[in-house]
Amino acid sequence: MCPKLTIVIFADLPFEYFYQSKSHNLDIMKNLVILGAGTAGTMMANHLIGKLPKDEWKITIVDQYKTHYYQPGFLFLPFDIYTTDQVKKKGSKFIPKDARYIQEKIELIVPEENKVQLEKGEELPYDILIIATGTKIAPEEVEGMKGPEWHKSVFDFYTYEGAKALRDKFREWKGGKLVVHITEMPIKCPVAPLEFAFLADSYFKNKGMRDKVDITFVTPLGGAFTKPKATQALHHLLTDKGIKEVTDFNIERVDYENNKIIDYAETEVPYDILVTVPTNMGDALIERSGLGDDLNYVPTNKATLQTEAHENIFALGDATNLPASKAGSVAHFEAEILTENILRYIKGEPLKEEFDGHANCFIETGDGKALLIDFNYTHEPVEGTFPFPGVGPLNLLKESRMNHMGKLAFRWIYWNMLIKGIHIPFVSATMSEKGKHFEETEA
Amino acid sequence: MDKTIAQATVSVDQEGYLTDFSQWNKEIGTEIAKEQGIEMTDKHWAIIDYIQQKFKEEEPLSIRGIKKSGVIDIKEFYALFPGGPLKKATMIAGIPKPKSCI
Repeated sequence: MCPKLTIVIFADLPFEYFYQSKSHNLDIMKNLVILGAGTAGTMMANHLIGKLPKDEWKITIVDQYKTHYYQPGFLFLPFDIYTTDQVKKKGSKFIPKDARYIQEKIELIVPEENKVQLEKGEELPYDILIIATGTKIAPEEVEGMKGPEWHKSVFDFYTYEGAKALRDKFREWKGGKLVVHITEMPIKCPVAPLEFAFLADSYFKNKGMRDKVDITFVTPLGGAFTKPKATQALHHLLTDKGIKEVTDFNIERVDYENNKIIDYAETEVPYDILVTVPTNMGDALIERSGLGDDLNYVPTNKATLQTEAHENIFALGDATNLPASKAGSVAHFEAEILTENILRYIKGEPLKEEFDGHANCFIETGDGKALLIDFNYTHEPVEGTFPFPGVGPLNLLKESRMNHMGKLAFRWIYWNMLIKGIHIPFVSATMSEKGKHFEETEA
Repeated sequence: MDKTIAQATVSVDQEGYLTDFSQWNKEIGTEIAKEQGIEMTDKHWAIIDYIQQKFKEEEPLSIRGIKKSGVIDIKEFYALFPGGPLKKATMIAGIPKPKSCI
């Protein structure tokens, strides 16, 4: 009797019963794990939470730090343009409430077993993993850099602590040699060191002591920037502002006792304050897990954002080895494309090979003005208007006050739209060629 | 454009870098080195071999990579190819000038 009865009961139940009961079973729920709750990771959580069916997918995001920094603000902190409160907020504010948010250090990624180990021993199994662990400075890579003079006469401005220490130093500095230096490429936001030099020029002018400050820009590149057309424009600006350039400088060590940096060709540049961008490296977690290249960046397909080594692991933002700028705008454009590719991957459809390396950066040039550049893997920054072809209101590769207002307005956009995954109107993930003067570049 | 180096016609770009690695041979390398004021020795060739190997494996070249390779220390690299070691060594090796990173 019993088996018969069972059959009858099951036959009377609607199909949805089976479907729902199966989906609500936690053992069958699928796991999407995001590592890193910075700009890229937070955006991905916000994009995916509304797109993945809640009864099938559990989203977990892990980050050991409680504070979410507005990193572009670190550029303004040393010059008292932003206050400390304007560049940091509690990270949990931006994580969607339906996602599990774990604040703990990540010990290891074990791709063979599809799991992540956390520091306190918990294991997170995943069906899909998104790596968004970013990049950080590694001053210990250069002899003498992170020595006794670190944050005393040798500074970085890529960390909150560095930018704040520099602000305090500048407030009481009486002048001397200011050297703005890039250790090696790639670095996060490659224009930031130039912007720093421009803002320093305008800061010391406003303090009425520009004549007491000698500014030198030192780079391992052959010119001011990585892209020829922009390099020309930026070189002129450096000259106009009386900022000296030392190019092709590959640093060997910081001689902090005699206040000079020395390169492999024995060229020496003396300083009173050294503001350096140290070597940038991916998180040590990537190295521990055997997933990175020489600089701990994850080899990633540059069009689909799937990692080269594992088909269920994706990466975006500064953590990848893509030949694109390490910048929030890039992470933003990547996030839109990666969201679609995750959905395609789940459905078993081919991934969209759509990411074109699109980057969009404001370049502060001091005196309340800024440049704007828009470029991708194949097109270097050119002149034109943005985002509306022929209209603007922003000018590409030309200094304007409007661009500066755009950069300042961006802080609001960042906190209120960008990391929440709200699409910014008129700005597309792939680069638009409209309203740009490409023919002028090729001439 | 075409250029005659060590009695062979090869195509080069505006800066003098070979545009087709298959046209390269050791004589051409030696000749380019001479134009750069460099007399090639076994030490020079060891680094050229390494650079060509990386190129064939499509791995990007950097000062850091060379430092890690153990083939040579960077001071020595600068001493062997004074001026711009990576730029000169790649030209001699017959491969494109390394693109500066983004």
